[in-house]
Amino acid sequence: MSDELDEIQAIFFEECAEGLTAAEAGLSAMKAGDADAETIASVFRAVHSIKGGAGAFGHVDLTAFAHRFENVLDEVRAGRIAPSSGVVKVMLSSFDILSDHVAFAKGSAERPNDTAALAALEEILKNGGAGEAGEAPAAPAAATVAEAPAPAPVEDEDPFGFTPVLVSLDDFDVVEEPVAAPPPADGDWIVRFGPSRAALSNASEPMLVIRELESMGAEIVDVDTSALPGLRDLDTEDSYFIWKLIAPGTLSESELLDCFDFVAPDSLIEITRCEAAAPAPVLEIETVSVASAPPVVVDDAFVPIEPIASATPVAPQLRVVEADDPGKPARMEAAAQTIRVDLGKLDMLLNLVGELVIRNSILADRLSPQDQQRVELPELARLTRQIQDNVMSLRAQPIKQAFSRVPRMLRDLGEATGKQVNLITTGDTTEVDKAVIEKIGDPLTHMIRNAVDHGIESAEKRLAAGKPAEGTIHLSAEQKGARIFVRVKDDGGGINRERVRAKAVERGLIAADAVMTDEEIDQLICAPGFSTAESISNISGRGVGMDVVRSNVEALGGRVEIQSVPGQGTSITMILPLTLAILDGMIVKLAGQRFVLPLASVVEAVRPEPGQVMMTTPGNEVIEMRGQYVPVKRATDIFGIADTRKPEEALVIIVESEGVGHVGLMVDTIDDRREVVIKSLDQNLHPIRGLGGATILGDGSIALILDIEALVSHPTAHRFAMKGMAA
Amino acid sequence: MTKLILTVDDSASMRMLLKTSLTAQGFRIESANDGEHGLERMHEVNPDLLITDINMPKMDGFGLIEAVRAIPGFKSTPILVLSTEFSDEKKARAREAGATGWITKPFEAAKLGAAIRRVCP
Repeated sequence: MSDELDEIQAIFFEECAEGLTAAEAGLSAMKAGDADAETIASVFRAVHSIKGGAGAFGHVDLTAFAHRFENVLDEVRAGRIAPSSGVVKVMLSSFDILSDHVAFAKGSAERPNDTAALAALEEILKNGGAGEAGEAPAAPAAATVAEAPAPAPVEDEDPFGFTPVLVSLDDFDVVEEPVAAPPPADGDWIVRFGPSRAALSNASEPMLVIRELESMGAEIVDVDTSALPGLRDLDTEDSYFIWKLIAPGTLSESELLDCFDFVAPDSLIEITRCEAAAPAPVLEIETVSVASAPPVVVDDAFVPIEPIASATPVAPQLRVVEADDPGKPARMEAAAQTIRVDLGKLDMLLNLVGELVIRNSILADRLSPQDQQRVELPELARLTRQIQDNVMSLRAQPIKQAFSRVPRMLRDLGEATGKQVNLITTGDTTEVDKAVIEKIGDPLTHMIRNAVDHGIESAEKRLAAGKPAEGTIHLSAEQKGARIFVRVKDDGGGINRERVRAKAVERGLIAADAVMTDEEIDQLICAPGFSTAESISNISGRGVGMDVVRSNVEALGGRVEIQSVPGQGTSITMILPLTLAILDGMIVKLAGQRFVLPLASVVEAVRPEPGQVMMTTPGNEVIEMRGQYVPVKRATDIFGIADTRKPEEALVIIVESEGVGHVGLMVDTIDDRREVVIKSLDQNLHPIRGLGGATILGDGSIALILDIEALVSHPTAHRFAMKGMAA
Repeated sequence: MTKLILTVDDSASMRMLLKTSLTAQGFRIESANDGEHGLERMHEVNPDLLITDINMPKMDGFGLIEAVRAIPGFKSTPILVLSTEFSDEKKARAREAGATGWITKPFEAAKLGAAIRRVCP
């Protein structure tokens, strides 16, 4: 059972994430002055749902905070508090704390310090809702306490202040005279019950109550029919009877009251105890009359009924009752339009489809064109492809998930740097493979930090440059073919190339006299260990730089593009594959074996003229390409296989690597270009540097996929240095 | 006879919690994810009891209860509200709309079961 609960809790946290996204979107709209009713309601609902679920799973802190937040939202929703910019600001920072509370509940973060946020919310409730102080937000049990005390200071606040006390003990509607009872035994209870018309119309069945009382040992002793009108005036939908029962004195009053949980408020419910007060024959009667307040709430039937329940907080824990045979509760709930599927199952499906694709191409290889037609192979291939596309799309998620933490980051960064930054987001519904989304979080974080820290100038500088004081960051995602372009574009000062260059020289990344284009200088910010910050700030300078962005993106089979215009801003683009399971590959022969080169890395292929490939130092060859020298690698360098061919007998594939720039790979032939299904080697082998996996080709043979980055990156090989030499 | 309950809540985890804990107590559960959907499902499912949340997109719990009560066949179907809200005002509204009872979230499974049996034995 607890596994099941864990599973549901995991879904709850997913809902939290969705709720937080929705709340943030709403709050951002409100910040932009767009505070229509539906927007406010959406924020309210999101926070409200988080609170509800948090309560069910016993996340006390989260529940308490969400509750306070919700109170303010409720006031705003009801129009009692105006969503002024000050109020929205408090709500935004409360939102941040709420996110932190969710993370804390999840166990992925420390408990946030919410004292300030709670106080700010409290302040809004006090001042914003002027004249409504009595409607205290967290005043416990408003139902029972007519004159609610002023809200307690935050620190003393009982986190369960909202645990409702639902049965009102207020003595109103006291029935004038206790019934002259037929002889009840000493200490027995006399129960009078007259359901109201409303009780009947709300489907609360009087017989159920009476039957329940009977099951507890009560007996009907009388039915008061005095209210019954003549037949002509009889309203068949109305209720005219008052039952009188005697219940054993061994029952507690609350046990009796429990039976009336769902009886409509205006019903007559009277419970009195008979006490034979010794000498006098007069019955002394203690009357508890419940003109049941709200449609009674069950919770309280189980809580000792005290006027102020805040003194006895009850942990809102969910306990699922273990039944002998739980009747195999369904593990997966089919909601209306969605079904949640274990990711492992999807991966398995994807793997199998991959196999299917491979078998298909094997068939295509082995069968003659006539046979292919005869067995309708093309049709089969088309279906296979469709299945593959569909399975891929199952794993796709809107990139919104990765974008969702950006607004919060910008607020934090704004606070830390004093730079005000607006965010424009486009294309956040673009769908990308889940694995890709998970892995671009860090690079994205760094790109945003970088943009705020190094890109956007201070307000003064911006004004001086004739720009608005507030900077703008445009975050966009767009699909082009099988690639996703995720771009962070700022309207800051652009890359300071002088400084970048100087730094690179200082760091020994380039020769002092290296001749470089602007684009190449821009690329330097991605070089390992490079940081343009004059002093390491605590924003971007966390020991990582844009090189982390680059290496993460490359690990995904993508690349980073940088464009910068001095004075106008910088745009950094991550170009990512839509999926990590399929690769567009070039199949080449190298030392007699077939390998797959990721097509994304291939720039061009050349058959060298005699003399075009030359040796610089023993074992180091370069190829001259339009006046520039590009290092060349042979199988000797890669696999230690002797390769003594003349270069002009081979092909040189120029590949682009983010780390090293262009590098030539000397191969025998190019065999084919096709999409291959990537099979991981990790399960069977140690990670091998230079190999990104394997695939099965159409003829059933296995080809290794080359990891260009790992293969060519070598600390001494650097294209900028090489170019310096060429110049 | 196993009682058939329709639960209406926009939170999937809440629906699952209800389903898990009530199935274990011998109820049959169907669910819907907002008021509109709930109303549709009422006709399909024809449950012995309706449990609904209040704050939901599209049609909220009040709207759902009113709409259900307006259907002759559901006049005597017990309706329980399961919500984190607990203000008198909201409860009064629910009652007016025709709710049979109100249960405040978070709920304890056994007590929820007892409450259900109370209105729908």
